[in-house]
Amino acid sequence: MNTPQEQSSYKSKILETLLTKATDVVIEDTLENGMVLNMGPQHPATHGVLRLLIHLDGETVIGCVPELGYLHRGYEKIAENSTYHEFIPHTDRLDYLAPLSNNTAFALAVEKLAGVEAPKRAQYIRMIISEMARIASHLVAIGTMAMDVGALTVLLWAFREREKLQDIMDLLTGARFTTSFTRIGGVALDWTPQCTAMLEDFLEHFDENLDEMERLLNTNRIFLERTEGIGVISAEQAIAMGLTGPNLRATGVDYDVRRAFPYLDYNNIDFNVITYKEGDSLARYWVRVDEMRESAKILRQCLEKMPSGDILAHDPKNVLPKKFDVYTKMEELIHDFMLVNFGLTPPVGEVYSSVENPKGELGFYIVSDGTGHPWRLKIRSPSFVNLQSLPLLIKGHMVSDIVAVIGSIDPVMGEADK
Amino acid sequence: MKEKIESKLREKFPQAILEVNDFRGDLTFLVDKNSIVEICKFLKEDDELAFDLLVDLCGVDRAKRKDRFEVVYHITSLKNKYRIRLKVRVDEKDCVVDSVTSVYPTANWHERETYDMFGITFRNHPDLRRMYMPEEFEYHPLRKDFPLLGIPGSLSLPKK
Repeated sequence: MNTPQEQSSYKSKILETLLTKATDVVIEDTLENGMVLNMGPQHPATHGVLRLLIHLDGETVIGCVPELGYLHRGYEKIAENSTYHEFIPHTDRLDYLAPLSNNTAFALAVEKLAGVEAPKRAQYIRMIISEMARIASHLVAIGTMAMDVGALTVLLWAFREREKLQDIMDLLTGARFTTSFTRIGGVALDWTPQCTAMLEDFLEHFDENLDEMERLLNTNRIFLERTEGIGVISAEQAIAMGLTGPNLRATGVDYDVRRAFPYLDYNNIDFNVITYKEGDSLARYWVRVDEMRESAKILRQCLEKMPSGDILAHDPKNVLPKKFDVYTKMEELIHDFMLVNFGLTPPVGEVYSSVENPKGELGFYIVSDGTGHPWRLKIRSPSFVNLQSLPLLIKGHMVSDIVAVIGSIDPVMGEADK
Repeated sequence: MKEKIESKLREKFPQAILEVNDFRGDLTFLVDKNSIVEICKFLKEDDELAFDLLVDLCGVDRAKRKDRFEVVYHITSLKNKYRIRLKVRVDEKDCVVDSVTSVYPTANWHERETYDMFGITFRNHPDLRRMYMPEEFEYHPLRKDFPLLGIPGSLSLPKK
């Protein structure tokens, strides 16, 4: 074990970084000129367990070091010790505001590795659930961001809308959050006419409800003044810092995985990639609002184009058979036994597959050694990368702006800490 | 696109490109670990290729291989909408790779995570600390010899 002396030197390592590396200003005696403020990990405005060490001069931020790992559950290690099917429930807990979208991302990665293609109907269901997850996640993002800067009503209105989506998810998957809905080669349950009716009902009122919500914020002077010109990042900087998703598009770069590397059936869907030029907190908010409208557009098209047919691919070596067949047919029972006990065995190789999650590009890099367990599974989580630019965004701003900037980056710690 | 990248890289770095692999449409280059920074710099600054976004950087523990570790880089060209993978092999005895933070600043946290999880150190990294695990933790959890259930006593409880 370490001696007390060693331990204290470890603790000061973070502080040392903050004081010497994270700022251009070198201060001899910290207490005389400024102070170090510890924000989080238990702080309502950090959207989870994010800890920030902030170096202040008066009320101005001159340096910031984020500390992660308070929600580290070792999912990459767990993945190496479970089969591909067993890992699906864990993907729910990554970005817990959009579990359906994570399920889709993981299923697509494994399918790419194993060479399975889901039937058209399953792909459309996946697109619908991804877009529903995007709207739900953006609603939370906007609501909490507005709440962070003092506009409480928006949160309630956003949650009211989100609740309708949660009801549809509940009906479709049987759960509101921990959905575990996709399967390798398709989805678990079929889309029902009742789901269509509920979604149509939601879409019918969504645009006007969103307009209402927007009116509340777009003419709100406090909201505008607290977000406009705060946390500005240029397009070059954003690319260099690896930002993706709405945060990158708010700087004017039209990078959207749905368009750049099309997956599912997004090629046949008409939607715009929303970009804004300003790159500040307000632009990030606008990108999210406009993206919700685009998502609603995609949902309408998906409902219209939804083909009929199977929801699971016919590939006995890789795809779990239907429960009814397992109980009644010998061959299906054997396949089920093999898939559950040994997992599907993709060929030796490695793939990277990514989707456009509400937070940004969610990628899975899977290395297979030909057995039922992934040899290595890396989760490229957008929140983790997006958070890295936080010190850059808040440098030179006031303490109260930190909250607005974190809200506009919209990190989810479940995903950032893995 | 694939041929163009390969020919350009082979022309510029005839010695450093060790292996080219195409699996399921993912183009992979195994490169010499000593020239990774130059290759990244070339790929980023070449006007035609313009691989400007480092999407991901991670380590892989190959356990029984001669060069035990791999560091994997996924880089995307926003202009060409193309993604490639670079790989370097790292020996356990000489567990050091040059940091690419000078080319891609986003590699900072990725490299810290790789250091935390695999114990691969990155030369010239501005701030190489652990990412997730506490500083006093002695092990690297994603190594294959680290047990799934953890090592008892490796994380000390706070003193009463």
